Amino acid sequence: MPDGGNGARRAALAERLAALRARHRDATTPEAVAEIVEQVLATMHGDLTASEATLLAEVEQIGRTIAAAKQEIASLKVEDINRAFIPSATDELDAIVEATAQATNEILDCCETFEKAASELGGEMGEALQAAVTRIYEACSFQDITGQRITKVVRTLKSIEDRIAAIVATFSDRAAGAEPAAQVAAGPESSLLNGPQLPGNGVDQAEIDRLLASFD
Amino acid sequence: MDKNMNILIVDDYKTMLRIIRNLLRQLDFNNVDEATDGAQALSMLRSGNYGLVISDWNMQPMTGLQLLQEVRADGKLRNLPFIMITAESKTENVIAAKQAGVSNYIVKPFNAETLKEKIEKVLVHA
Repeated sequence: MPDGGNGARRAALAERLAALRARHRDATTPEAVAEIVEQVLATMHGDLTASEATLLAEVEQIGRTIAAAKQEIASLKVEDINRAFIPSATDELDAIVEATAQATNEILDCCETFEKAASELGGEMGEALQAAVTRIYEACSFQDITGQRITKVVRTLKSIEDRIAAIVATFSDRAAGAEPAAQVAAGPESSLLNGPQLPGNGVDQAEIDRLLASFD
Repeated sequence: MDKNMNILIVDDYKTMLRIIRNLLRQLDFNNVDEATDGAQALSMLRSGNYGLVISDWNMQPMTGLQLLQEVRADGKLRNLPFIMITAESKTENVIAAKQAGVSNYIVKPFNAETLKEKIEKVLVHA
């Protein structure tokens, strides 16, 4: 089927694109991509087939999407995240740890009083009271677990902060030349320091006992 | 089992130290000292006379695993019973601790019965 001149138009377009490609061989920045798109659009005058018009619309849309993304990322104001949001969030989390520690210590104060009363009371009542106090001690270890979980959340917030800073430094004109935040060097044990696991992710005491026994 | 032995408990959460101390008291162990990191613990172990160490893992600047390695490398302390009590519950953690010479391993949160059972087991084999 004859192509009605579309082949010639495509060849001409391909020639223009090849020329642009040669001129922008090392182009990697969003600005360079946008410039290429604009130049392609500027050269695409004259009659277009339906499929070429669709292609043109798609290319235009890509250009607009890149520009909008660039503007959105630049408007994130990473300095606000660095100065206010992350410190505020970590302060709140530190306050939670402090408040739960204080509450736990007050519970432990009461337990120690109950223990003294239990030993003076003696008998079945004393034993029942002692057993209840033991269960409270066990339950109070939650404070250690929640503290470690919160520490993990704080580390995650810091990681998000660093990644956003790196993205903004890449896309923002204002942040041109800024270097990505330095990564904290990982110690030799870093892969083993994961803190409490969510249910189902770690092994329970029975599995640990079996594992240790397998070494004997 | 010598209930008068000196026990060193190591944890950077003071609340946790208090809980373990109280549970040990219920088991009639009353000679209990505390350290809040591995380095302090190692210093106390080298200058004291302890029959058992119960240590957390995730502490700074010296972790529980590093403390265990130092203890096993020390001619005077190498046979000291060492129980790790930690929230680190991945298989690789248990294996790493075992390879470093841990006597037993308790995962947090734990109960008093588990603590009692592990102490008895460790001290019988000591």
